Amino acid sequence: MLDPSSATSQENTNHRSPRSRSDTLFFLVMGGLSACFILLIVLLLAADIMFTTPRNFYEALAKPEIRAALRLTILSCTVAAILSVWVGTPLGYLLSRYSFPGRWIVDTLVDIPIVLPPLVLGLSLLILFHQPFLGLQVESIFRDSIGFPITYRWPAVVLAQFSVACAFSVRTMRVTFDQMNPRAEEVARTLGCTRGQAFWQISLPQARRGIVTAFTIAWARALGEFGPILVFAGTTRMKTEVLSTSVYLELSTGNLDAAVAVSLLMVILAVVVLLVLRVFGTGLTA
Amino acid sequence: MIELRNVTVKSGSFVLPRINLQIQSGEYAVLMGTTGRGKTTMLESICGLRQVSDGQILIHGRDVTRWSPPDREIGYVPQDFALFPTLTVQAHLEFALRLRKQSRKLIAERTQELSEVLGIGHLLKRSIVGLSGGESQRVALGRALSFRPSVLLLDEPLSALDETTRYEMHALLKRVKQTTGVTTLHVTHSVSESDSLADRCFWLDAEGIQERPSVARHSVP
Repeated sequence: MLDPSSATSQENTNHRSPRSRSDTLFFLVMGGLSACFILLIVLLLAADIMFTTPRNFYEALAKPEIRAALRLTILSCTVAAILSVWVGTPLGYLLSRYSFPGRWIVDTLVDIPIVLPPLVLGLSLLILFHQPFLGLQVESIFRDSIGFPITYRWPAVVLAQFSVACAFSVRTMRVTFDQMNPRAEEVARTLGCTRGQAFWQISLPQARRGIVTAFTIAWARALGEFGPILVFAGTTRMKTEVLSTSVYLELSTGNLDAAVAVSLLMVILAVVVLLVLRVFGTGLTA
Repeated sequence: MIELRNVTVKSGSFVLPRINLQIQSGEYAVLMGTTGRGKTTMLESICGLRQVSDGQILIHGRDVTRWSPPDREIGYVPQDFALFPTLTVQAHLEFALRLRKQSRKLIAERTQELSEVLGIGHLLKRSIVGLSGGESQRVALGRALSFRPSVLLLDEPLSALDETTRYEMHALLKRVKQTTGVTTLHVTHSVSESDSLADRCFWLDAEGIQERPSVARHSVP
């Protein structure tokens, strides 16, 4: 007669063995595929670091043009990211919460800046500001009536960055609101909130992490923006030059060392901003 | 008083047809019925979260059918409690009073009173994260009662609670019923809840809504 405890123990052993093998394979395949991408990024950074020297890096940073580009990059990315969150939050909320006629059209339009080739987006912005509509030109309205010209100046840099960054911000905010249970807002309305009060007092505080994420993504996307800036704002040194255009300008003059040094500067800037926002914005350190 | 006159609610292929119901002021009514018949839809229609296709909803004789939820002044406790994740327990009790711009003194008094009745005085400073089912239920009930509504709607409020907590909540709901006299419509699947709390019991099925003198005789799914 079999001892019940030994039978159970044997059963457990029989069960454990094949399951353990299958888990190993699972982690090997998943981890192996994931490692390919991580390795690619690490190798890219390592190659940049090996190519340049600290001296090249400091020389590049010492250039007044690069310093001006760094300043404009930080400012324009921050303004573009703030504007993106400012616009992306209500649009993401409306797309998430309400069914309205033509919602699918709005949903599709939001993605256009993401799928459009960057140069085409820049060209479209340029045409928009210089094409007369009913005898009026957007650029001349800003320049003559308000005294604030846009094209080939810093506002064009911000607008070019905003056009793409905002699309990512809308997508992020929409997912944020999609993941939030609308019941809390509904109950808030039974307690006396208008829709606006329910949004400000209940939904927005809950969406804090999503807002920080949207800001981060918009900021990072604005940092990497190049094509639309090149066409719409130009690459005038000390005026409309941002770090992405600095890399292009240094490359075009055959100064590869400076181009790589500026690239590394962009990497450092991106990592610092992402870490600061991650730690202080969401409290996520894991 | 809650009165529904030929209320019809349509949502996609679902139809809640021609509901007639009258609950007198101060009564505690329990609504039972099989799952998917529209009990929650009915509560949502009464508090204004769902538009009715036809018919009238009257609260204390006033037609509120087209009124928005904040104008109806109805306390609502949904099945999932729907507490506000970024607020403390105290902020939940104060929420509706702050919206009504009540004085600090009055808000503090009401919060104190509610926390004593509901037994959540020790939780006031806590976030709602990590509250037990029974504690969350008490907070949701306190939030709904805070602005002294004349009508209270409870959607399966005790379904997620363990047996002991459920009996505690029975006693609490009885106390609320006696102390506030609020007109209550309570949706449940539980015969014991109905027997313990109801002044009147209604049953919702495919034929509509009917009043049942005693639910204990009927099988409840």
